[in-house]
Amino acid sequence: MFRRLPDHNAETIRFTFDGAPLAARRGDTVAAALLANGIATCRATPAKGTARGPYCLMGVCFECLVTIDGTGNRQGCLVALEEGMRIETQAGARRAVAP
Amino acid sequence: MEADVTVIGGGLVGSCMAYGLARLGARVLVLDEGDVARRASRANFALVWVQSKGMGMPQYSAWSHGSSERWADFAALLAEETGIDVVHQRPGGFALCLSDDEMEARTRFIQRLQAQPGAPRIPYEVLDHAGVKRMLPDIGPDVVGAIYSPADGHVNSLKLFRALHVANGKRGVAYRPECVVDAIESRDGGFRIRGNWGEARSARIVLAAGLGNARLAPMVGLDAPVIPSKGQVLITEKVAPFLHYPMGTIRQTDEGGVMMGDSQEDAGFDTVVTNPVISVMAERAMRSFPLLRDLNVVRTWSASRVMSPDGFPIYAQSRTAPGAFVVTCHSGVTLAAAHALTLAPQVQAGALADELSCFSGARFHVPQAA
Amino acid sequence: MNRIDAAAALAPRYDLVVIGAGPAGQSAAITAAALGITTLVVDENLAPGGQIHRGITTTPVTDRAVLGEDYWRGLPIAERFLASGADYAPAAKLFSLLPSGDEPGRHAEIELGVSIAGQARPVFAGQVIVATGAMERPFPIPGWTLPGVLTAGAAQIALKAHGLVPEGRVVLAGTGPLLLLVAAQLRAAGATIAAVLDTTPSANRAGAARHLLDFLRSPYLAKGLALLARARGGPRRIAGVTAMRAEGEDRLRAVTFTAGGGEQRIEADVLLLHQGVVPNTTISNAIGCDHHWDPLQFCWVPKRDSWLASSIEDVAIAGDGGGIAGADCAAESGTLAAIGAAHRLGRIDQATRDAMAAPVRAALEKLGRGRAFLDALYRPAEGFRIPAGNDTIICRCEEITAGQVRDAVAGGATGPNQLKAFLRCGMGPCQGRLCNLTVTEIVAAERGISPEQAGTYRLRPPFKPVTVAEIASLPQTNAAVKAVVRY
Repeated sequence: MFRRLPDHNAETIRFTFDGAPLAARRGDTVAAALLANGIATCRATPAKGTARGPYCLMGVCFECLVTIDGTGNRQGCLVALEEGMRIETQAGARRAVAP
Repeated sequence: MEADVTVIGGGLVGSCMAYGLARLGARVLVLDEGDVARRASRANFALVWVQSKGMGMPQYSAWSHGSSERWADFAALLAEETGIDVVHQRPGGFALCLSDDEMEARTRFIQRLQAQPGAPRIPYEVLDHAGVKRMLPDIGPDVVGAIYSPADGHVNSLKLFRALHVANGKRGVAYRPECVVDAIESRDGGFRIRGNWGEARSARIVLAAGLGNARLAPMVGLDAPVIPSKGQVLITEKVAPFLHYPMGTIRQTDEGGVMMGDSQEDAGFDTVVTNPVISVMAERAMRSFPLLRDLNVVRTWSASRVMSPDGFPIYAQSRTAPGAFVVTCHSGVTLAAAHALTLAPQVQAGALADELSCFSGARFHVPQAA
Repeated sequence: MNRIDAAAALAPRYDLVVIGAGPAGQSAAITAAALGITTLVVDENLAPGGQIHRGITTTPVTDRAVLGEDYWRGLPIAERFLASGADYAPAAKLFSLLPSGDEPGRHAEIELGVSIAGQARPVFAGQVIVATGAMERPFPIPGWTLPGVLTAGAAQIALKAHGLVPEGRVVLAGTGPLLLLVAAQLRAAGATIAAVLDTTPSANRAGAARHLLDFLRSPYLAKGLALLARARGGPRRIAGVTAMRAEGEDRLRAVTFTAGGGEQRIEADVLLLHQGVVPNTTISNAIGCDHHWDPLQFCWVPKRDSWLASSIEDVAIAGDGGGIAGADCAAESGTLAAIGAAHRLGRIDQATRDAMAAPVRAALEKLGRGRAFLDALYRPAEGFRIPAGNDTIICRCEEITAGQVRDAVAGGATGPNQLKAFLRCGMGPCQGRLCNLTVTEIVAAERGISPEQAGTYRLRPPFKPVTVAEIASLPQTNAAVKAVVRY
């Protein structure tokens, strides 16, 4: 859905989305990394279960909510991608899990 | 504007009174404030709560219990008339205790409450940690025990608010927002109610204006010395259902948000959210249920409870201006069924039942014994 | 600059806390720090620049022609900011702000709640400058919630910060100079743009004409001509677009619209929407600042005095968050706000303040000229602010439609706050950021009152979500314990 301009200094970071191994560039936010990998949909709303994806990329719309390393409802556009991150679709309401 | 009864106040108390009166065929006018008003009805905790009510006035215990007993029928009635499920649930409720002192104090309290002459026998159990854990597996190690009462429950109070508006609309209740009442005159066996919006006339009036009743009641020879009691509440993002019972201070709404609350401060009309208070509430909630720890709080709010000097409701008809009633309390959700199905018919009949005489505002003027 | 990466590294007290590290916030910090004022800048982004200069110090886009000179004007600001003596907390959230009241013998201070990396901490400040900038105006059309529909600003951010270019069939739609700029930037970056759907009402031209002279004498003229030159030979532009909808089941497939008297359909993989920017008033609203409705820009604007101070004591608002004026004005207004704050802190006397402010005011005067022309020319169409159709979602989070809002208003919900109680609209994760303007305008239209009378949501902390544990970690008082623990 988005392609990357040639970037010769890029450092590649590996992560997974719903278990699938993917790669992106250091400096990407989680939301940018998903878009760069052709992923338009990152969650289903708790209200009606409809599909949503990143919309504003600047922290105001809360559409790019994802589960990151087991923690739900994180704003993907504000979180820097890190090596080995486990990113998952936020399917409806988050689950409360014991710490 | 003309009506049989004018209800002043369009919150839960006023809407329930209007609903109950309209069901009996009265032509009802509701005068309400606008979008920005104190509105305890938008801020409450949505419990239908019985177990701790009525210390010092067993009649209030009975009145609350009676309302909780009628709540399921009331919810069914609203669903039938409006198609709106207000999500009334009565699985029983817990008062969680986080120390031995608290456990002991709460146990003594409920024993004394129910030992009052005339107090109803409300079923309850004193549970230790293991007993609580059987029903609430997610409690933390700091939970010493709890008082559990099957009489307690909760609803979705915003859906209740909506359902009452819809039901009243269907029953022909005239709803007039942005009509702040400046003056009420009693004349020719009826009432003239005025504001900058114009005036309304009716044979009867019900003052259900929450904290506004303190100002309105003296206009018709009634007394409602209510003052604000500040409460603050936090709510989390929506999470999958895990709390299947309400607590006195924590509950999960049907939409999924977890509410934490029940602070009480004497702070006048101030409704600013303050970090120290929400910190204490969040900490206690987290100790009660450690899995709340990482949930996001998305909103907090604060509003004023409508508190009488002894904390109990005020129900009375004016002696000097018969036909004028005052209805005010801080538990508009718990008492919704009683207001709609018991109190409103009494207003329609023109006299409050003797069993409610203890709720008259006159109780605040008993001369002190020397 | 002292970079703060953990809440524990925050000082307990600063003379000045600046919220936001765009051109306004950075400029405020540069000025304040140069005066020896202890300053903290709290910013949500990972690097300075705000949205307009997003990624200015980190962008992988090396060809300066792609993003244009206006973008690169952000670089010297960021360099001066990073060389300043201010504390800078990136990736940080401000979640509360409360005047903590006068203590005897001590100036009133403001208590701010700051969260960094999942740890919250209170910070006290003598003065606060809110510089939270602008956000894109909501664009409620059928299908705007579909994955594949983004704001034009989002595409610009993806390009600036990450060197990402939308691929496939890309359609841009809406009105305003930013839309044209994004189209030009994306084209320069090699994107294939299937069409630009222009929703600018043709009647706007007549309204803008009376501001033309000012515009011709303003710096906007040169920018506009340069932009038009960049746009020349660009993608297919369709004017007079109305009744636009995004179609698709689980993601965008096509855009349909009416233009030139007929309905048209364009298959699309990415739809980028834009109809101007509006002040992001989340914080100014939540802390109780007075606002007024701007009838020309259709948005709420905080009331400010000549030093950009809000109605809340010791809180100033700089940059586009105080009214849309663009990046150059934002930088100047940040400087002005810092000068005002320095005086209130007792660091400069009145004569110094006024002397320092004079050239800034002159620059602002010059930069502001010509703005009215653009505002009039690019006034967003009513049909795209107030959806005509009842099925269009206006509250994305709770999925509330325009029709539901209209029904609730007819049923007695007088304004946005009653609508929350009736419908839950504005109560989802975004806390009304993306529906408040639409709701205000629908209420006003339905009731035949002004947007000012219709009002807006009363917002509350946390301004951004923080965890239960973070709130529980905040300092408690005996009075607070007494207010909660009652048995």
